[in-house]
Amino acid sequence: MLILYAIATLGLIGLLFGLFLAIVARVFTVETDPRVEAVKEVLPNVNCGACGYAGCVNFAEAVVHGETASNGCIPGGKDTAKAVAEVLGQEVTEHTPLVATLFCIGDYGKTADRFIYEGIEDCAVAGDFNGGFKACSYGCLGLGNCVRACPFEVIRIGLHGLPVIDREKCSGCGLCAKACPRLLIKILPLSDDGHLVFCSSQDRGKTVSKACKVGCIACKACVKVCPQEAIVMEDNLAVIDLAKCNDCGECVLKCPANTIHKRSAIPSEGAALAAIAEEVVSETA
Amino acid sequence: MEKLLSIIFIYILVDNFVFQRFFGICPFLGVSRKMETAIGMSMAVVFVMTLATLATWLIYTFVLVPFNLSYLQIVTFILVIASLVQLVEIILRKISPTLYQGLGIFLPLITTNCAVMAVVLLAVRQEFSLLESVIFALAASLGFSMALVIMAGIRERQELAKIPAALKGSAVTLITAGILSLAFLGFKGMLTL
Repeated sequence: MLILYAIATLGLIGLLFGLFLAIVARVFTVETDPRVEAVKEVLPNVNCGACGYAGCVNFAEAVVHGETASNGCIPGGKDTAKAVAEVLGQEVTEHTPLVATLFCIGDYGKTADRFIYEGIEDCAVAGDFNGGFKACSYGCLGLGNCVRACPFEVIRIGLHGLPVIDREKCSGCGLCAKACPRLLIKILPLSDDGHLVFCSSQDRGKTVSKACKVGCIACKACVKVCPQEAIVMEDNLAVIDLAKCNDCGECVLKCPANTIHKRSAIPSEGAALAAIAEEVVSETA
Repeated sequence: MEKLLSIIFIYILVDNFVFQRFFGICPFLGVSRKMETAIGMSMAVVFVMTLATLATWLIYTFVLVPFNLSYLQIVTFILVIASLVQLVEIILRKISPTLYQGLGIFLPLITTNCAVMAVVLLAVRQEFSLLESVIFALAASLGFSMALVIMAGIRERQELAKIPAALKGSAVTLITAGILSLAFLGFKGMLTL
């Protein structure tokens, strides 16, 4: 008899709660657009925020409500834009891939350290401490804030002390650019064309040449030699307008500090290490 | 009144659920990595624990005891907690989507939180009155929240510290939890019910 009571009580409580939940669920239903879920399915779902929305769900909602274009997902690139447009039955819009580019090539061999830093492994903290341990107060400290910010894990700190960005895999979401306290990373259209000045120092030429072997010393040689007039001086720094640059390479030959390179020939980790090794050999000899 | 105050004091500091009774260790270690999530989890726990104790006390006193079915308490309480969490989730989703998103996965996770189960069982076992039970649940959940927030604060700093390779990750977290627990041993015996 007792067991019947037990079963009845438990069953009744369960039934009551179940019914109550069912009623409440019916009363408090939230209407959701099934297209939002469908769009979210085709997004990368890393919630990087490069589209300007808090996460992939928010972006999906905005696309469905027509607040933003279907190619708004930067990391997803062409494929995602196409998939999103297909879900919504829209025309596929053009999409230019972007890539993160580091505007500093002052590796271990090129820029000396002013002191040995043994604090917290964070570029912002190290940069605030006595102006940073690097001789150049604009240069990359190489403590990896960009590495930690990258949701796609395409950045690593190379053996030469600078971040190495995998241009093939970089989605151009721009989180590393935001994470860099010295604003050394810029997001540019992915292309091998054009030359760039790989330096961000706004110091005067004398200070730069003392601190770094490959810093822009603001000598204006490139400005004068450029037949396209694509180079201008801004804050002691030569800046090349990629829209005007026709890849003639005159500036590379003229630059006394070797700061200008073609974009397809950004100084690599291997070359930097070889240069450091050569220097060590010549010093010991 | 005096009893209520001592319940609050005892279950926040002296008999802290995490540090002295070792309930709810999984969320304590699992969601204490960031202050933000720790606070979200704490809020959800305070909410659910207090409500669950209220509901279970009523069911226990007015259903289980009169029918001589108090041996069914664990099964019944599981049922109550699970339905309650579900209910809170449904209502919250409609009324406050921001809070719903903030609590996120933590709300359904509480269903399996042993600290909630412990609170409702202990409230019954210690023969608290309804008001005492609710105050007890509130104090216990606040004690849990305090433990979680302290741990999150420490772990956020640990992220930046230079920790020997052998101790990195969960090792140093467990050591920290142990030291915290030892520190709270200082309150032991200060007050009893």
